[in-house]
Amino acid sequence: MRIAGKGLIDRTKPVTFTFDGKTYSGFQGDTLASALMANGVRLVGRSFKYHRPRGILTAGPEEPNAMVEVLDGGSQSPNTRATVQEIYDGMAAQSQNRWPSLRYDLLSINDLAAPFLSAGFYYKTFMWPRAFWEALYEPIIRRAAGLGRLKRQIETASYEKAFAFCDLLVIGSGPAGLMAALTAARAGADVILAEQDSLMGGRLLSDGGTLGAPWVEATLTELRALPNVRLMPRTTVVGAYDQGTYAALERVGLHRPAAPHLPRECFWRIVAGQAILATGALERPIAFENNDRPGIMLASAALSYLNRFGVVPGQKVTLFANNDNARHAARQLMAAGVQVAAILDSRADASAVEDCPVYLGAAVTDTKGRHGLTQISGTHAGGDFKIDTDCLLMSGGWNPLVNIACHQNARPTWREDIAAFVPQAGMVPGLHAAGSANGAFSTHAALREGADAAVMALDAMGRSAKAPDLPQAEDAPYRLQHLWAVPAKGRAWLDFANDVTVKDVKLAAQEGYTSVEHMKRYTTQGMAPDQGKNSNVSALAVLADATGRGIAETGTTTFRAPFTPVSIGAMGAGGQGAGFAPQRFMTSDQASRDRGAPMIEAGLWYRPSYFPKPGETTWRQSCDREVLMVRSSVGVADVSTLGKIDIQGPDAARFLDFVYTNTFSTLPVGRVRYGLMLREDGFVLDDGTTARLGENHYLMTTTTAAAGQVMRHLDFVHQAYCPTWQVRFISVTESWAQFAVAGPLAKMLLNALLDERIEDFPFMTHAEVSVEGVKARLFRISFSGEEGYEIAVPTAYGEALFRDLLAKAETLGGGAYGMEALNVMRIEKGFITHAEIHGRITAFDIGMAKMVASKKDCIGKAASQRPGLHGPEREQLVGLRPVTKTEIGAGAHLFNPADKVERVNDQGYVTSVCWSPVFESYLGLAFLKDGRARHGQRVRLVDHMRKTDVLCEVTDPVFLDPEGAKLRA
Amino acid sequence: MRLTCPLCGPRDRREFYYSGTEDYLNRPPEGASIEAWDDMLHLRTNPAGVTKDLWYHETGCGSWLLVTRNTVTHAVLATELVAARKGGAA
Repeated sequence: MRIAGKGLIDRTKPVTFTFDGKTYSGFQGDTLASALMANGVRLVGRSFKYHRPRGILTAGPEEPNAMVEVLDGGSQSPNTRATVQEIYDGMAAQSQNRWPSLRYDLLSINDLAAPFLSAGFYYKTFMWPRAFWEALYEPIIRRAAGLGRLKRQIETASYEKAFAFCDLLVIGSGPAGLMAALTAARAGADVILAEQDSLMGGRLLSDGGTLGAPWVEATLTELRALPNVRLMPRTTVVGAYDQGTYAALERVGLHRPAAPHLPRECFWRIVAGQAILATGALERPIAFENNDRPGIMLASAALSYLNRFGVVPGQKVTLFANNDNARHAARQLMAAGVQVAAILDSRADASAVEDCPVYLGAAVTDTKGRHGLTQISGTHAGGDFKIDTDCLLMSGGWNPLVNIACHQNARPTWREDIAAFVPQAGMVPGLHAAGSANGAFSTHAALREGADAAVMALDAMGRSAKAPDLPQAEDAPYRLQHLWAVPAKGRAWLDFANDVTVKDVKLAAQEGYTSVEHMKRYTTQGMAPDQGKNSNVSALAVLADATGRGIAETGTTTFRAPFTPVSIGAMGAGGQGAGFAPQRFMTSDQASRDRGAPMIEAGLWYRPSYFPKPGETTWRQSCDREVLMVRSSVGVADVSTLGKIDIQGPDAARFLDFVYTNTFSTLPVGRVRYGLMLREDGFVLDDGTTARLGENHYLMTTTTAAAGQVMRHLDFVHQAYCPTWQVRFISVTESWAQFAVAGPLAKMLLNALLDERIEDFPFMTHAEVSVEGVKARLFRISFSGEEGYEIAVPTAYGEALFRDLLAKAETLGGGAYGMEALNVMRIEKGFITHAEIHGRITAFDIGMAKMVASKKDCIGKAASQRPGLHGPEREQLVGLRPVTKTEIGAGAHLFNPADKVERVNDQGYVTSVCWSPVFESYLGLAFLKDGRARHGQRVRLVDHMRKTDVLCEVTDPVFLDPEGAKLRA
Repeated sequence: MRLTCPLCGPRDRREFYYSGTEDYLNRPPEGASIEAWDDMLHLRTNPAGVTKDLWYHETGCGSWLLVTRNTVTHAVLATELVAARKGGAA
């Protein structure tokens, strides 16, 4: 029911929406909860376990009952709190955890079976027979579990993420937060004021106190005008992390119809010099029998609906409270013309003077009304009584919202006088609690603490600030009696969302789960979407009582981020599909795609797999052709992805001697040498060729896979072990486009392009050349086993050179070759890649022990000589050739033909395989125990995955041209 | 988490690559015993409290940093350039 003249909704802007298919209207500024309440809807959801009918308990993000699914464009957001979700035209929401309908829910049979469904029911019941768990129990439980449903489709809505930096982050915009922001802003600090609600002002907008919306508006007007202040409404700070980093979730588009490019939410990482925790406090329910019916809500929520939304939750309201503060709700409702049937105050010595009947020393003992409250039963000194009422407000006192202060594992302190946990200074470095969050509940105290906290925070940053004059505000003392649960025969709810009752907690204690952490897990209290915001303190108070310990001794469970649920979509914003990782494209990328080459990923790079010709239907046909093409004429491949590191300085040679196992100081200028690099633990890190461009100038190449790792390694070795050496290096990988030109006609192809022909250009040399006036570097190196060159030009000329090379190559009967052919040729030649040097391989294993120079120290040398890293017990690199034409695969394991195929008999494994069109056979590279001594023997190759079992001949890993005649031609 | 790079200032930890203990800085001299190498390569304390470890400002200036931090409180107590350290091995 709406109350005229009340609320901050815009009554000139009606909004139409649907709930469970029925159309309703509300006003702009309404939440789904307030709009449903105005339409007289009381039943909005079903509880998790017993499927009890539920209404609206709160007016904020802590809501445990009124959770719905919102259908928004193509998205479906489950467990959306109706108390947070703003309505907009065309919004569609539906209730959840019920079937077939909210009113008639078949699983509400669980409610009747409640005596059997006590805490630990699942643990006790589904233990045996053991085999039933996977087959029967788990699927059934899974089907019944969970509240809202996911759409099980790829999320198409957009999300955003962003970073922000400030001097002072103020979390919450109630009296404490506003005052803190104002104090810091006037002192010139860079301030972010984050508020989870759509409007700033916190309780000042809802408590109906003297300092209300006008003061809030005046303060916000001043803040808005200041360039050093950012106001962030609809932004919930959800976690406190190290070094002043806070996570926050902003609802950007959830309160309006979906629109293209409008993100639903934005995930913020806010880095703040200091922060103020002004998150306020949550009112807590009281546990009494059947305290979960629609129509039973928190007293503060009713005030919020009245003052913020101009709507009242009932026609005839009753209040049950243990404190003075809650009386405001009854008084203001009466002032708004609502009938208040009675006030039940648990305290015998409280004031009985109100404009309605007051029962002192009273308690609610039971309630009636399946789909909505109709009557309560009460008791007091004068005896038992019944009151017809459609709305019961309850207040068990207030819990400061300490959550964020506890996110770094510190525990809050129990304050007996206010029966609540409060934060301590320093729980999160640089975070200062103020106002209700700090246990200072009066408006005046909140204003004062907000100003003081801001002065303190600025002082910590070496800045001075002055607390402004405080406006007049209410400063009544907070008086309450401890009251957590009214003795009850039946069920009295603590955790509404997860259906945990006082009995469950007592049962947990009785069965030995007396630690609060054990009780939580046994009963599931605090594990629902509200994470125990409404129930944690009451539940542990009940546990403390059941175990005879104090509340302080019982302690709290761990408060963890996020404070309220965060969509994975928001945290992973931008990371869907191709956004998951950056993409690196070579200069030849378009030219390769133009020729129909499918691209494969190599780290972040995209490289052409093969270049299909008309008539070729499988990759193998193209690959075989490309291999034979290179071996008979000439092929061109883009090898720009290999890491290139330019190394210069008088100590460059010395430095290379230190990082490579072999010697580079003796390499003449103009020559290239293959180098092997170890990790300090003696295993192979990477390999590649390094050219000496000048006396003090080298160019190192790394593998594509290890380029970043090698750069890191070089930086480490230099900075940690020889920082005084005069050597500097930089990655030039992206500065040069480099192409392999390989095959018997390679030189002919190059001479067709180079400005000056090359004649005598020996293997492992390099020279500066030019192509149409562009300076280029030419290296005589080969990864194919053919006469091979690599020509590098500045990146800008890469595509042009690639297209020219291909055009000319095709006139010679050659062409482009892709990764598949490249791989086949290197296996034929026994060249290793990171398939072989995978981190557990020593120089000895790959037959390169002699490359570890004896005359000098190098990284990894000492460790490589440890026992166990060389000798016949090591698995050594060999070639494999199946005795039949059976297909073999990498990952297969090797056994002696006479042995049983068992792990203990394992002799090694296959790292790379290919079909060799040259040898017309599958070939493999493998690591085999004592492999070098076993050339010519046979091993049994077994691959359980591919169902392969074949005898292979062990060979030298170099199948093709072992003398290197072609290479050096 | 944030680290203050002596060259670049306070930066998000995503800019850094974590390498591990400062033990890697103490490279035994050539000819050292196998035990000395074992110590450096494998033997680690796992302190609940102050620890020193190595971070690489990979997407920043390429500096290796020696970071003193507390594994319990997550406080970062000091950051220094590895290259500027006194008593480097070579």
